[in-house]
Amino acid sequence: MNAQSEAISSATQEIRLKETARALRRHVLEMAEIVGQGYVGQGLGISDLLAVLYFREMRYDPKNPSWQDRDRFILSTGHYAIGLYAALAEAGIIPLHEIGTYGTDGSRLEMAAPETTPGVEITGGSLGHGLPQSVGMAIGLRYQGRPSRIFNLLSDGECQEGATWEAAMAGAHYKLGNLYAFIDCNNQQADGPPAAIMNIEPLDKKWEAFGWHTQRIDGNDVAAILGALAAARKVEDRPHAIVLDTLMGKGVATFEQREKNHFIRVGAEEWSVARQQLEERAL
Amino acid sequence: MNPKLAKLPPRGVAGNILASDTGAATHIASAPFGHALVRAAENNPRIVGLTADLGKYTDIHLFAEKFPERFFQMGMAEQSLIGCAAGMARAGLIPFATTYCVFATRRAYDFIAIGVALGRANVKIIAGLPGLTTGYGGTHQGIEDLALMCSVPNLTVIDPCDATEIEQAIQAIADYDGPVYMRLLRGQVPVVLDPEHYQFEIGKAKMLTEGGDVAIISTGLMTGRALDAAKALDAEGIRASVLHLSTLKPFDRETVEALIGRVPAVVTAENHMQHGGLASAVADLAVDSGLKIRLRRVGIPDCFCDSGSLPYLVDRYSMGATHIAQAAREALH
Repeated sequence: MNAQSEAISSATQEIRLKETARALRRHVLEMAEIVGQGYVGQGLGISDLLAVLYFREMRYDPKNPSWQDRDRFILSTGHYAIGLYAALAEAGIIPLHEIGTYGTDGSRLEMAAPETTPGVEITGGSLGHGLPQSVGMAIGLRYQGRPSRIFNLLSDGECQEGATWEAAMAGAHYKLGNLYAFIDCNNQQADGPPAAIMNIEPLDKKWEAFGWHTQRIDGNDVAAILGALAAARKVEDRPHAIVLDTLMGKGVATFEQREKNHFIRVGAEEWSVARQQLEERAL
Repeated sequence: MNPKLAKLPPRGVAGNILASDTGAATHIASAPFGHALVRAAENNPRIVGLTADLGKYTDIHLFAEKFPERFFQMGMAEQSLIGCAAGMARAGLIPFATTYCVFATRRAYDFIAIGVALGRANVKIIAGLPGLTTGYGGTHQGIEDLALMCSVPNLTVIDPCDATEIEQAIQAIADYDGPVYMRLLRGQVPVVLDPEHYQFEIGKAKMLTEGGDVAIISTGLMTGRALDAAKALDAEGIRASVLHLSTLKPFDRETVEALIGRVPAVVTAENHMQHGGLASAVADLAVDSGLKIRLRRVGIPDCFCDSGSLPYLVDRYSMGATHIAQAAREALH
């Protein structure tokens, strides 16, 4: 897939990835409508990153999700599962029709992703676990001489957890060039915006000070994500922090504009409008 | 010198935190965990070691010296220690992570429960200073760790008796595919069990002496004291069984039930609080099985313990062989 991608122009590639991101958003809306509520804002907000990772950057085998040399996506924020399932379904790691079971009793697609579901590497959701486990994986895979890289998604609020910074120290200490941390700054945690709850900015300066190769970009700009990954690949002796400023509900005007909530409740009549707005949005 | 201090009677001192409790042991072994881990690792390249700034205090420095490329110092960061170990296990390795009981279980509980146990990550947590093996006080005495760890689903929990059992258990848990919490005796460690006759098995209690009057069920270093108590009782004509139960979880219900069904005067002895560990498991079993037993618990009561010399603490909290023997007499009457 990568070889093909490299053969086409970067402009074409960007358009394809934006189309893929829209496809992921369609899946997110489909899942959110089933349960009538949930983390649809986060799923929409992170779709651009997931499109780039799963359809451009990461090496994996959809038919063998436990292939040992795969790159690993570590979802620390378990409640972003709705976004991850969209990517896993689009990539063929789980059947596309299975997303229709999201959040229902007995489904593998629980609202917080469990590690028993194919393509889900750890049980996230108790925040602050993702980066320590990612550091351990990065050390362990490097020790075994494997080429795998670790892509960990954590959130702005999660940077209030001390364990994140314990692991940030370790990642820099062990010079883990195979480790990428994406910090999704959607400016919303359970009780409100982080600046009001417990200020964690300036995040880019903090990661830099912890010894990470750090960039801060618009996390809903596919070209910026591609550029940041390209820049990060050139730095081999430091772990990579990419701070993403994202918009919750990105791609659906009504969700982008509503007063921000960590957990959005959506009326039954709103879904058809949301789907229409997603399709109308220019790439 | 302050004349008031000079008048005080001689006292024990808390001593160095590294001091080992060898008591009156006639045989001791040096750093059995460190040597056993090196031996296991020589045959298995998947074994790696980690610690949180307690390498020489947990004997894993021997592994670090032998295999520097396989040893990872995590600094004073126990959440990171356990979380990284879970990640290493998911990458196919067998990490042995060491710190003290108090730091592993109090500071990193969520990381053990969710990061390690929930998905059965193949992590071995080796935790020093169990119960009253340090005079350092409540900050360093792991008095409730077994209660915490036995509460975690999927986790195997082991409290070894001595150097013999530590050496055997390290190989056993390295071969076992699943998460383990094991208490550590470090430094100069008594040899109580004869390696020619004792064989550790995960989940199996072992009968060390048989007697029909009183059943002493013990775990960890208390088994050495239980054997001393049994000798003292024997001199009085009281025949005691000593059942050594080093795996707290999974709990060997079958063996314990057979013993307490036969011998209803029961003493439990554990280097831990009297609740949430061995005594509670035996009491649960008796109730579940409808067995009427008379149970006396030797263990730490519901309190944080003082700082002080180990003999002073053992006496203060009634944790010695004489206290086990006295509990046996009480269970009989």
